[in-house]
Amino acid sequence: MSLLPEGAFLALAAAWLLLCAVSLVARIGPLPMIRGAFIALPFAFAAVPLIFTRPGNPLGTIDLGLFSLVISGEGLVAFATILLKSWVSVQSAALLVFTTQFHDLLEGLERLRLPRLMVAIISLMYRYLAVLTEEASRMLRARASRAAIPPGGRSPGWRWQARVVGNMVGALFIRAYERSERVYVAMQSRGYAGHLRHLHDRPFPRPQLALLAAAVALLVAFELSAHTWVPRA
Amino acid sequence: MTLEAPASPQSPASAPVVLVEGLVFRYPNGHQALHGIDLRIDPGEKIALIGPNGAGKSTLMLHLNGIHLPSEGRVIVNGLPVSRENLGRIRAMVGLVFQDPDDQLFSPTVYDDVAFGPIHMGLSKEEVDARVARALAAVGLAGFERRQPFHLSIGQRKRAALATVLSMSPSLLVLDEPSAGLDPRGRRELITLLRGLEQTLLVSTHDMRLVAEIFPRTVILDDGRIVADGPTGRLLADAALLEAHGLEMP
Repeated sequence: MSLLPEGAFLALAAAWLLLCAVSLVARIGPLPMIRGAFIALPFAFAAVPLIFTRPGNPLGTIDLGLFSLVISGEGLVAFATILLKSWVSVQSAALLVFTTQFHDLLEGLERLRLPRLMVAIISLMYRYLAVLTEEASRMLRARASRAAIPPGGRSPGWRWQARVVGNMVGALFIRAYERSERVYVAMQSRGYAGHLRHLHDRPFPRPQLALLAAAVALLVAFELSAHTWVPRA
Repeated sequence: MTLEAPASPQSPASAPVVLVEGLVFRYPNGHQALHGIDLRIDPGEKIALIGPNGAGKSTLMLHLNGIHLPSEGRVIVNGLPVSRENLGRIRAMVGLVFQDPDDQLFSPTVYDDVAFGPIHMGLSKEEVDARVARALAAVGLAGFERRQPFHLSIGQRKRAALATVLSMSPSLLVLDEPSAGLDPRGRRELITLLRGLEQTLLVSTHDMRLVAEIFPRTVILDDGRIVADGPTGRLLADAALLEAHGLEMP
């Protein structure tokens, strides 16, 4: 997706339609998918300056008093491409997450020969993300429970509040650090001695391998055609 | 490193599972946590380790599988001194379960966690699978293989944590606060489970009713020293002794 040329809107639309078709088959409603894809929007807006900085055909100007910004046609196309690309990419990631159990995903990564240490790190990260989130929400609740304002009093200033938040982040970090030490001791207690062992190589079952090859071939064909004969804006 | 199958407690009845002699331990920051511990644990014993917070209970337990090594004195498990060279074998013989199951369960699925020990002992896939099934059945979680730890209740997590060491077939089980945070039903299930275990047990706890119910022998630790060691009935009846060490009668 990220390799598609600028302005290949037709190809992007085709990719999007394909995604929607797959989510339809997977019985995932459009709403969660769209909500998932919105996560990417703030990052896509980092590309806004392209509209004004990319040299090209001037389409108009925005007068800001001190200086004016010139909208360039090429810049606009580049921006729109980035926006749509990130939309489609994130939506496909959302589709993957909605359809696949996390440990299946890990197993898949392992089969794709991702280094096992990395798979282990991802799996630990995922496992303890939930624990950390719980810890953080407990701390927030404890803070909220004591954040009383006496009758006729004023809420404390933002400096003080910022300091409280800073302290909480620090405390959370220390807790996470201490937990990592305890987890490490628990691993050592069960025979971990510096490298992770695994039961067996998990080779791809043949049908899945064929499916993977087909998917890769389809993607390559898609990319190539997008680069060569799909009309561009 | 290859690990051998755990030593079975087939040794003659006279050979202790654990022998601790003159154990002194200082943390790297200079704080001395243990001031000369002597302790003998015979096969099949079920012992409660009680004492106030900071008495050194956890520190002592961490010596039994070599997470800590003695500053002075020695620790011998099934005839094998706990030292850097023997760590692999020692850890297969001593199953340590920590208080917070979220520390013990670090894998994406229950299967992965219970299999972690056996895999690191170098066992075959068939043997690992058999052990996982046996350990989960022993704690009443048969069929939970594909479940994720954070979808389990606290009681289930505690039992899964126990299964992660049962699968290593240790001859000694060392549990830190197994009943902490459990509701009455979870606690009841745990008591039944602990009663049924054939392994030698050393359990640190503040739960005096648990002590009275399960353990024939009790060791009281305070300020890094063993201040009492004897039949639970006698120790728990000694109000003055208990009060002197910040404990109370069940």
